[in-house]
Amino acid sequence: MDERRILTGMHFMNGDEACAEGALAAGCSFFGGYPITPSTEIAEHLARRMPEIGAVFIQMEDELASMAAILGASAAGSRSMTATSGPGLSLMMENLGLAVMLEIPCVVVDVQRGSPSTGLPTMPGQSDVMQARWGSHGDYEIVAYSPWSVQEMFDLTILAFNVADRYRTPVILLGDEVVGHMIERLVIPPADQVEIWDRKKPKKSNNGHYDPFKPIKPDLVPAMMHAGEGYRVHFTGLTHDEHGYPDMSAETHHELVNRLVNKIRHNADQLVRTESYWLEDAEIVVVAYGCTARSAQRAVREARQEGIPAGLLRLISIWPFPENQFIEMGLHVEKLIVAEMNLGQISREIQRVIGRPVHGVHHAGGEMIPPGPILEAIREAAR
Amino acid sequence: MIGVRIAEKHPLDEIIRADRMPHIWCPGCGIGIVMRCYAQAILDSGIPADRHVVISGIGCSGRVAGYMNIDSYHTTHGRAIPFAVGMKLAKPELMTTVFSGDGDLAAIGGNHLIHAARRNVDINVICVNNFNYGMTGGQVGPTTPRGARGTTAPYGNPELPFNLPYLLVAAGANFVARWTTIHVRQIREDILYAFTRPGFTFIEVLAPCPVGFGKSNNIEDGLEEMELYRQRCVLVRDGDVSGDDLNIDLREDKPIYIGRFADRDRPAYEAIRVEAS
Repeated sequence: MDERRILTGMHFMNGDEACAEGALAAGCSFFGGYPITPSTEIAEHLARRMPEIGAVFIQMEDELASMAAILGASAAGSRSMTATSGPGLSLMMENLGLAVMLEIPCVVVDVQRGSPSTGLPTMPGQSDVMQARWGSHGDYEIVAYSPWSVQEMFDLTILAFNVADRYRTPVILLGDEVVGHMIERLVIPPADQVEIWDRKKPKKSNNGHYDPFKPIKPDLVPAMMHAGEGYRVHFTGLTHDEHGYPDMSAETHHELVNRLVNKIRHNADQLVRTESYWLEDAEIVVVAYGCTARSAQRAVREARQEGIPAGLLRLISIWPFPENQFIEMGLHVEKLIVAEMNLGQISREIQRVIGRPVHGVHHAGGEMIPPGPILEAIREAAR
Repeated sequence: MIGVRIAEKHPLDEIIRADRMPHIWCPGCGIGIVMRCYAQAILDSGIPADRHVVISGIGCSGRVAGYMNIDSYHTTHGRAIPFAVGMKLAKPELMTTVFSGDGDLAAIGGNHLIHAARRNVDINVICVNNFNYGMTGGQVGPTTPRGARGTTAPYGNPELPFNLPYLLVAAGANFVARWTTIHVRQIREDILYAFTRPGFTFIEVLAPCPVGFGKSNNIEDGLEEMELYRQRCVLVRDGDVSGDDLNIDLREDKPIYIGRFADRDRPAYEAIRVEAS
């Protein structure tokens, strides 16, 4: 089975397909989705591949149902995933909140397009960044990774599954139309080199009493109990105690919501991923993520050729936000430039963290930001 | 004095979470009757309780998940069915039952209801129909008869209601039945039967909601509504009624048709399996 599940070797495919292969390599055994450009190739690829390896593929009636179905599958023990774009992500926010509250692991892939509303279905955008963070109601924390290549559509999908299972949380893969549709080399490692982090299993207790929501120190993540394992669990979206029973008290609510938030905040060091280029001596730092980081990398390289001490910080994790890195960098880097295909969603976040304005290179979406405007901003900053 | 003996154990202790009692339901409410039938059917099914799972949406009937001592999931409003579909396909050995109300299943969850029936996914749906939104205080919903009153229709409901058995037969469910809360044996038997039937099964149970629906429509006592059922229910055999006959308006002196309206063998949904080429 492993042979068909993990297609070890060198491939040439698009990012959506690489994401699908990453899901299979991670052991995803349930996909529930609804077609939407530019993510559809993920569903199409899995519709062909999953029946070969005994995994379940189902096309649901809408995104509300897709999100509900992957939670049901995960609560029964499957690694499960859905894939969508902005309009679908809006509909998934309802049950994304349920996933947070019930602490059911799952992976939601958002291949971003120009938005709001129907926007630009076949063209890229990066404007779902704040929806990914805040889209469902209530206080919560989310984990979201932003791939910039076909290889990362594969690698970060595996990481997303691992983080989801390890921390009992939904994880969003924030792709975009460019990385979803571009075709590049993909290297799939041998099965024994694919790292898998398991869900915490309950320890047998003497009195047969199990608490599916009792945090286990040090990371505040409870053990996961699945349907059919004999624990007779109760999972409810209502505020609940450690046993899972509804408890309509402000005290329990405060405790639960704080734990759900701190489960991510206190483990942020394990979740944050960034990559830096020429940062050691940089006096001007460009911050970018996803496909825009590719343009930013070229702009910074050209600036270096012109003798400008520029560097690039690429955000791989968007959420949790790499706050400590920015606080550190904010102390000795005066000039920060943020390039993103939206009107300033991460710019504003950086300003919040470092407490002073940054220079933004923004475009509402529809086409990649080319290296030119970023290089121009670097030159401007160097003057 | 006649000796009084306190029972040490109730036969349903294994299936109902006694530590969650008392329940939230109002005096005269019919939901507890249906839950009891479901619990009895689980005990009688011969399928270990650890393999039964109940999934509910939101509302009074949605609270059933919290009272059943089996794996139980109280999900979002209207989404119990797709949650159950995911769970059943991921672990087919689970006996997966959705227990929810008419507003949850037929209004906000209506799209999922018809699509799960169309796909004929092997899950059971028990729908308590009390003609209104009870938990939020008696608003009209998709099953409220035209002209009936509710807190959001103080001049009478201007809309026509769904006729749920007719809808579910048309959508493709393998098994469709309707009973009322006076039919406790038939409810238990049909839930048991639904456990044995492949594909999508749907059991509607008409139930009094004296505090929600009743107070606005002159049926202010649960027993009074039960008496209406007793007087008006007509058992249908072999599906010999037209779809329109299945419309219900408790305020009119018309028969309430009950029984089984579909029992057929459309192929149940199965995940595709292929040999790798």
